Amino acid sequence: MWRWRRMRDAFVRALSELAAEDERVMLVNGDLGFGVLTDFIRRFPGQYVNAGVAEQNMTAIACGMALTGARAYTYSIGNFPTLRCLEQLRNDVCYHHADVTVVAVGGGFSYGPLGVSHFATEDLSVTRSLPGICVVAPSDPWQAYQLTFQLHERGGPAYLRIDKGSAGLPASDVELGKARQVRDGQDAVIFSTGAILSEALGAADTLSQAGLELRVIDVHTVKPLDLDHICTAAAQCSHIFTLEEHVIAGGLGSAIAEACAEAGVALKSFRRIGLPDVFPDVVGDQAYLRARYGLDAASIAETVSKAVANDR
Amino acid sequence: MTDSEEFALKLRRHVVRMCSRGESSHVASGLSIADIIAVLYDGVLNIDPANPDWPERDRFILSKGHAGACVYAALAERGFFDVSALDSHYSNGSSLSGHVSHKGVPGVELSTGSLGHGLGVGAGMALNLRRLGGSQRVFVVLSDGECDEGSVWEAALFAGHHRLANLCVIIDYNKLQSLGRVAETINLEPFGAKWRAFGWNALRVDGHDHHALRAALAERADNRPTCIVADTVKGRGISFMENQVLWHYRAPRGEEYIAAMRELGVDVAMAQDA
Repeated sequence: MWRWRRMRDAFVRALSELAAEDERVMLVNGDLGFGVLTDFIRRFPGQYVNAGVAEQNMTAIACGMALTGARAYTYSIGNFPTLRCLEQLRNDVCYHHADVTVVAVGGGFSYGPLGVSHFATEDLSVTRSLPGICVVAPSDPWQAYQLTFQLHERGGPAYLRIDKGSAGLPASDVELGKARQVRDGQDAVIFSTGAILSEALGAADTLSQAGLELRVIDVHTVKPLDLDHICTAAAQCSHIFTLEEHVIAGGLGSAIAEACAEAGVALKSFRRIGLPDVFPDVVGDQAYLRARYGLDAASIAETVSKAVANDR
Repeated sequence: MTDSEEFALKLRRHVVRMCSRGESSHVASGLSIADIIAVLYDGVLNIDPANPDWPERDRFILSKGHAGACVYAALAERGFFDVSALDSHYSNGSSLSGHVSHKGVPGVELSTGSLGHGLGVGAGMALNLRRLGGSQRVFVVLSDGECDEGSVWEAALFAGHHRLANLCVIIDYNKLQSLGRVAETINLEPFGAKWRAFGWNALRVDGHDHHALRAALAERADNRPTCIVADTVKGRGISFMENQVLWHYRAPRGEEYIAAMRELGVDVAMAQDA
């Protein structure tokens, strides 16, 4: 039933449907999306503006439009719509609780060969610290499509992180703010955000062959966190792992550590699987960089099995 | 004295009193824009204090948020909230922050304080209001030093390109910034020519001449946004504050406060709040 292989196409499809039914929808672009936005621009010329290569202004324009009744979306890649214009996102959009959804194509190592400038690997931690914002990292195109509608219903401020990859699971419905268990298991649990979910599932397959059943939970909504689901799963499994194509400081793993600690969940193991506190010094495609930094299925399986053995 | 000149005098008294009571900085910035704010809030801005969210209203953004005391005073005098609330400026638990904020303050369209934010948001408002077929105008007051910010020029390019004729910028060109003279820090001249080169209609007026300000603010060029470079004096109205960077920071206290208010025609020497 689902024919879009890329999340960004699914997002644009959803936004087109929203634009068709609501003239308030405005797409404010940062001069990116060659070939991706062509159809939207042709169909909705009055609901589209290209702010040029000027992300601070793109965000401010979107905020001004939202404060006068528009439902604005900013669109760019990597860190450009978040870190480049962080103060516009904080002071203008979030402080005014403006109805702006920031869309970044290229989460994590999506643009791996392009270099560090294009790695979106601190975006989750930075955005989730902003008061009132909703932070979402879908794991596949169907989720991106569904969550775009749900974010629209909720209203901004919001951040939608679009990955190049896809978890590749059969399409199933998701609910904003509700974590989704995609594989059962009682020995350990791994919480994952974004398309890197596929690596968690690959690790679970490997571990299962060795007799360790890893529960896999897709946390597409990083903020607000689904505390009930996460703390319940953590308490049941007690060996906890988090996975993100992102630095370990402040992202999903940190959010879950905070949640578990504050809920008093007793843990035997807790490991955040993500990028260490260094910038990558090589480039490569997404699969290559995941493997290099211990984020591929094989590395995850090894991390989990060692931790569970050590912490029994 | 015209109505708006009397209004400006009231604003100056409020600014000096608020900065003294709150021991806040930026008294000279508030005095610099008092005439601009007075003219805007005396018949230029189409606003309704009883209905601050009226969709048909003009939008005003103070992008140089550090001069917020002057805007708070104008809003209070125009009836957006009680004048007595001004006493809380800069104090614990107050909504009236040193940099202008919309939270809990009717009539403030945009919170600012970090420079370089107001014009982009104002351009977004102007674009959307025009898209909706409205006749509202958007006014943004910038400082001169603020024009060092690249984001100002991003927005200026955008507004010029989109021919936002409903957008009007007023630059408080008092020629002093944080540490000294604008011309010696980052020279902005030829200033009007820069805006013209960006596709704007640019005017230059005496920023303390109400008649000239009113005429400039009434101007609406075809298919171009308007920039009014307003020559002003930082600290205008208080002789010992004029053109002194010190009063970007210092709060008038004791004898200074008494002397400043005396220059504004108020004898506070014997008053409780002196």
